[in-house]
Amino acid sequence: MDVPVLKQGPFLIATIQAALNDADLNKLRRSLVEQVGRHRSRGVIVDVTSLDVLDSFAARTLRDIAHMTGFRGAETVIVGIHPDLAFAMVQLGLTLEGVATALDLEEGLAYLNERTRRLGATRPLPSTRAGAGRPASVAPRPGWPLAVTRPPFVLPREEPRERRRAKPAPEGADPETRRDLP
Amino acid sequence: MRSDADVVIARQRGREIASLLGFSASDLALIATAISELARNIVLYAGSGEIEIGHVEQMERRGIEIVARDQGPGIRNIPQAMRDGFSTSGGLGLGLPGVKRLMDEFEIESRPGRGTTVTVRRWTR
Ligand SMILES: Nc1ncnc2c1ncn2[C@@H]1O[C@H](COP(=O)(O)OP(=O)(O)O)[C@@H](O)[C@H]1O
Ligand SMILES: [Mg+2]
Repeated sequence: MDVPVLKQGPFLIATIQAALNDADLNKLRRSLVEQVGRHRSRGVIVDVTSLDVLDSFAARTLRDIAHMTGFRGAETVIVGIHPDLAFAMVQLGLTLEGVATALDLEEGLAYLNERTRRLGATRPLPSTRAGAGRPASVAPRPGWPLAVTRPPFVLPREEPRERRRAKPAPEGADPETRRDLP
Repeated sequence: MRSDADVVIARQRGREIASLLGFSASDLALIATAISELARNIVLYAGSGEIEIGHVEQMERRGIEIVARDQGPGIRNIPQAMRDGFSTSGGLGLGLPGVKRLMDEFEIESRPGRGTTVTVRRWTR
């Protein structure tokens, strides 16, 4: 079963289904890491709202996705961990160290917007590929059924690359803006 | 049990059965998680095996019993395998100790070269 991945401006949104098996999760990891490069994405949201179980393999894969996309310059946030799953995860002994989480899709988007605001919407295309692809749109796709109550992608003009702040390392930075699991 | 897909089927079955037995929604998540860990260990370390899910009754108490059985390589050092973080496969090493925490009763029997049986129970409250 493939996980649908939607491109939403500078972000990718992957929506995980209940019956996802280990091979599917591995495939998702490969695909997200590749798509972050292809779409020059700034952030990734993995929505686990409909996941029935978040066991040690799934937790490890989500953590790997966050770290691997982090190395590729995009921040990942996991959204929609059901309270029952959160309880089971704590009992199991899982932590999502260094992985950002948010309550739901809307909060995940707000979090990524906040985190990527100073970085500009997209990275410039390298000169060899200039014109090869359209710059990513910063407006929500028409028909995308997402109720976002605040303007989702209010991003300042791009600064020259060298003046941008380096991306924070996936772990440790900005502790007040990330929430680890209890 | 012989593939990733069977792991998903087992945990879904377990959830259905536990639901019929009257477990709460949060218990269903605990039980499904335990089954997922035990089933994955079978597929990963033994290649194949079976998971039996049934109900148990004991002095006014009702519960679910899960037996995960394989004829795989077995576990040489059980206390070590039960330790948080111990893994021979680069995993998180939380499967067995985590399942023990998720359930009310936990028994493990293993003989090197013969296989492993893990029996766990959880009671409705
Ligand atoms: N059914 C089994 N057959 C053989 N070895 C097993 C089995 N289940 C667990 N083990 C051994 O016990 C170790 C710990 O298992 P577990 O706690 O599930 O962690 P993990 O699967 O992440 O390694 C495994 O790495 C493996 O060596
Ligand atoms: Mg395991």
